[in-house]
Amino acid sequence: MSFQQVTLDLAVGFLENCRLFFETLLFSIPLGLIISFCSMSKFKPLSYLMKIFVWCIRGTPLMLQLFVVLYVPGLVFNMPMRNRMLAALIAFVINYACYFSEIFRGGIESIPKGQYEAGQVLGLTKSQIFSKIVLLQVIKRIIPPMSNEIITLVKDTSLARVIAVGEILLAAERFAGKGIIWPLFYTGAYFLIFCGVLTLLFGYIEKKMSYFN
Amino acid sequence: MSVLQVNNIKKSFGKTEVLKGISFSLEKGEVLSIIGSSGSGKTTLLRCLNFLEFAENGTIAIGDKVIYDGAVKKNLSDSEIRKNRLHFGLVFQSFNLFPQYNVLENITLAPNLLKMDTPENNEIHAKQLIERVGLTEKTESYPCQLSGGQQQRVAIARALALKPDILCFDEPTSALDPELTGEVLKVIKGLKSKDSTMIVVTHEMEFAKNVSDKVIFMADGVIEEMGTPQEIFENPKSEKTRSFLSKSLEEI
Ligand SMILES: Nc1ncnc2c1ncn2[C@@H]1O[C@H](COP(=O)(O)OP(=O)(O)OP(=O)(O)O)[C@@H](O)[C@H]1O
Ligand SMILES: [Mg+2]
Repeated sequence: MSFQQVTLDLAVGFLENCRLFFETLLFSIPLGLIISFCSMSKFKPLSYLMKIFVWCIRGTPLMLQLFVVLYVPGLVFNMPMRNRMLAALIAFVINYACYFSEIFRGGIESIPKGQYEAGQVLGLTKSQIFSKIVLLQVIKRIIPPMSNEIITLVKDTSLARVIAVGEILLAAERFAGKGIIWPLFYTGAYFLIFCGVLTLLFGYIEKKMSYFN
Repeated sequence: MSVLQVNNIKKSFGKTEVLKGISFSLEKGEVLSIIGSSGSGKTTLLRCLNFLEFAENGTIAIGDKVIYDGAVKKNLSDSEIRKNRLHFGLVFQSFNLFPQYNVLENITLAPNLLKMDTPENNEIHAKQLIERVGLTEKTESYPCQLSGGQQQRVAIARALALKPDILCFDEPTSALDPELTGEVLKVIKGLKSKDSTMIVVTHEMEFAKNVSDKVIFMADGVIEEMGTPQEIFENPKSEKTRSFLSKSLEEI
């Protein structure tokens, strides 16, 4: 088995990881925002409901959630989930949206009341205060925890293997099945490079925003 | 005609009544100092005037127009509240500048969002205000690069940019190192003119004595004594005023 062949096969698998990564981010960030606003809602039943939901998702393993999304529709509603990638995406989006929502909530709640009041006495509307005064400060504060979570997501995408999504670890295991073990270790390089690029990117963004505190 | 007429303002938080009926009026160009011990309700009064809190009772009139009536406050829409707020400006004890904007942007943000004038004119006006508070060389600086005194001067310019009828200050120098209070008080003193009306909550007795036209001494949510600086500082009638003034002299 040539090195190029293995590299190529693993790359094809890693493309699935990348797809899962980007699609999870795309959907879980907006969903996380919605969850965070609901859990900060003044309407208590809604905020309690959201807090219980977040507790359930954060309190159970992602691997279990993958199984639930894959099997429960078939077992309970008689609508088997045929698309494994879709099942993985749904589980990841819900799981990460809950983690993100807590980060967003922490970020929004960390902005001092005085910032809102300064905007209010200047006659600004609530949405102007949020978009022109609060938002950028929130973004600055959530970048470090978000970058942690996003880097964890890169590695978590390999968990999709447990429901047989054809990602990089599954590709490597196919070689292992033929008695070639080293591709399994070689997969680490893909994750390292991807995480390395993300680390540089977040470092750059943090530096860009260091002009204020 | 008074520019501001406050009548029988009452405000409670839960069961504690913090303002128990405050009434006073101000003429255009007057400076009013409010003194009083901690917890007497000075901040709450300013917050009611700026509609950060809503009095349950009493009226606030600008000129001959009642802009707020505690009895019917529920009928005020968001946009009416915002319009009312623009009659007043408020300078906070803790400045509350917007950290992500530089000095100029902090001042032009609200005028631009409210479309007070063209962005060019708003900027020209902002630069005049920056000069007035003596910070021309800091126009492009960010709040984190400024001293507390400089930040408070920016906050004053920011409040002035909206041309409020009445500018309120809540202990503008309490968060500052003693050597920085002078520069801020000097700026406030410099604002005194026939068309700028100001209310200053302060612990700086010298400032209250020398700059204000009128002094209110507050105690336990009521105006214990009101008068000219001479009347309050040289001839206090109330026992409470006397003991407060002698205590604040002792501190020095
Ligand atoms: N949001 C609030 N909720 C409950 N109680 C409050 C609130 N704001 C103020 N109070 C209470 O109202 C009283 C008056 O407070 P206020 O801040 O107006 O006093 P102050 O005269 O400004 O005092 P200081 O000189 O310390 O600033 C205090 O007893 C305070 O505990
Ligand atoms: Mg106060």
